[in-house]
Amino acid sequence: MIALEKRPQPSRFWTFATPLLAVILTMICGGLLFAALGKNPFETIRTIFFDPLFSEFAWFYRPQLLIKGAPLVLIAIGLSFGFRAGIWNIGAEGQYIVGAICGAAVGLAFYPTESFIIFPLMIVAGALGGLLWAMIPGVLRVKFGTNEILVSLMLVYVAEQLLASMALGALRNPDGMGFPGSRNLSQYPSAANLEIIQGSGMHWGVLTAFIAVIFAYVALSRHVFGFHVRLAGQSPRAARFAGVNPAALILICMGLSGALAGLAGLFEVAGPAGQISIDFNVGYGFTAIIVAFLGRLHPVGILLAGGLMALTYIGGEIAQSNLGLPLAAIQLMQGMLLFFLLAVDVLTNYRMRFGQGKPA
Amino acid sequence: MDLTAINPILLLASLMVAATPILLAAIGELVVERSGVLNLGVEGMMITGAVCGFIVAVNTGSPWLGFIGAAIGGAILSLVFGLLTQLLLSNQVATGLALTLFGLGLSALMGQGYIGIKAPSFPDWHIPLLGDIPVIGPIIFQHDPMVYVGLIIVGATWTFLKYARAGLILRAVGENHEAAHALGYHVIRVRLLAIMFGGACAGLGGAYLSLVRVPQWTEGMTAGAGWIALAIVVFASWRPGRLLIGAYLFGGVTVLQLNLQAAGVSVPVEYLSMSPYLATIAVLVIMRAGRAPGSLGQSFHASR
Repeated sequence: MIALEKRPQPSRFWTFATPLLAVILTMICGGLLFAALGKNPFETIRTIFFDPLFSEFAWFYRPQLLIKGAPLVLIAIGLSFGFRAGIWNIGAEGQYIVGAICGAAVGLAFYPTESFIIFPLMIVAGALGGLLWAMIPGVLRVKFGTNEILVSLMLVYVAEQLLASMALGALRNPDGMGFPGSRNLSQYPSAANLEIIQGSGMHWGVLTAFIAVIFAYVALSRHVFGFHVRLAGQSPRAARFAGVNPAALILICMGLSGALAGLAGLFEVAGPAGQISIDFNVGYGFTAIIVAFLGRLHPVGILLAGGLMALTYIGGEIAQSNLGLPLAAIQLMQGMLLFFLLAVDVLTNYRMRFGQGKPA
Repeated sequence: MDLTAINPILLLASLMVAATPILLAAIGELVVERSGVLNLGVEGMMITGAVCGFIVAVNTGSPWLGFIGAAIGGAILSLVFGLLTQLLLSNQVATGLALTLFGLGLSALMGQGYIGIKAPSFPDWHIPLLGDIPVIGPIIFQHDPMVYVGLIIVGATWTFLKYARAGLILRAVGENHEAAHALGYHVIRVRLLAIMFGGACAGLGGAYLSLVRVPQWTEGMTAGAGWIALAIVVFASWRPGRLLIGAYLFGGVTVLQLNLQAAGVSVPVEYLSMSPYLATIAVLVIMRAGRAPGSLGQSFHASR
């Protein structure tokens, strides 16, 4: 019999080892899955995890890593504060969409004026859009005690409908011959989220993501706000005695995650995506939840985890075009990764005892 | 716009059909939550049930076998959640989310060869006498058998929770797992069984979408129905009777907005499509939820 014994403190070793263990287990199970789909498991794993970095075409894929990783890291950093404090904003996908809509709307309102002020205004609008969208579940939770998980998630579906209506209506390109979708912002210099260094993939969103990581690190480890967040998560009762205002904490955590998700949406719509279209959102808001957990809700961990998830996105696309691997298999593998992570997490908080345990 | 085109009898009749998938998923989740477990993976189990049911039904030609396959598929997937949360003591919120993400990927992969096929339908049946009553007949007694199966499950669950000894044990486990453990009940076993029941019911709800309501397989076809089911459990204050009211309320909103779309109301389609989700939020705000089961969402680990 294997018995579990609670550790007095979480194991430091396993805190670092469990994400790696989860990735290895996912590779093994993913390999079995690919074999079951009739693909060579070793070739597929190599294509997904190594080819984007080390193959002869890696020069093409490495910039993609930054482009795909930036929104994931940006959103996950915001979510990590709330998750630490037990505030579950799982509607980041909706905040991402609304941020993109608001930012793009500001940019399109100025078209075709050229001015250096337009892009900064769009950034503000994007962050505000996401923030306000996240404030809906936040305020409802504080005022009426509604469940923020359900409300934030319902708002994802509302935001998707809003996106469709914008792409077909208010923001539709007047010169687009009736096709859905807005003007292409990346071809409008004042509103475009251009690469800072040509060909590197390093656009303003990537820079913002790195800055967010640094700020989050400082806030969590050096600032009283980070202390309150950690305290509220570990012991809500102790947090109240320490003078933490639960309502304010909820609003700040929701607003922060919403604003960062909105920023991610804005940088995506003004850069890589280029326009508001019906299928603009590709699930970054949900994948970011995996990124946040895989990174152990720690800023540096999230940075690494975001890179890994971006890798699976790019590797998945390569495997799709070269090996004919269905894209759903990658989605499944990402879900599997989160499962394994949660499963092996037991090692962090509990000790395995083998052999006959004492009777209960 | 022509509102007279909306036939109130047909509207009320389709209300029961629209409510059934949410009702099935919600009654399963209600039992899970009464046992003290919060499974946020309803959406994932529903969509997996939808694809399992569709595959079985298409290959066997029998919708009944399809529903059985969906229930088994949903229960197996929920067992993953059960093992993680009950035996490996993982966080229930995070594991539930993982279940949804995993289920969406799994169903998309499983359903690859089944897009664009039509599901086999139930043979036409007619309830004698009751179905012939004017007005009430078409509204209540002329549906496919699964509508009534759903109602029977709700009734049976109500009876089970209120009158059966096992139901009392399940509620005890949900209210205070330490006390239930001290009395010698197997907390983990009870919860695993409840989770599997929840998975099976969510699977049935999903299969109702893919086999009866739509009836086709498309990726992500549940479109939030699992989350609405979760909201209805809160709305119902964890009581089966109120669950029925909640499910029919949402069925009503869904059907009404579809009818308004068809009638060509001057509101854009997208805004009408938002309404079930907005109604869910409104109801969560307006309705004061009753008291949740005492141990809801907490891991149980018998200390030695």
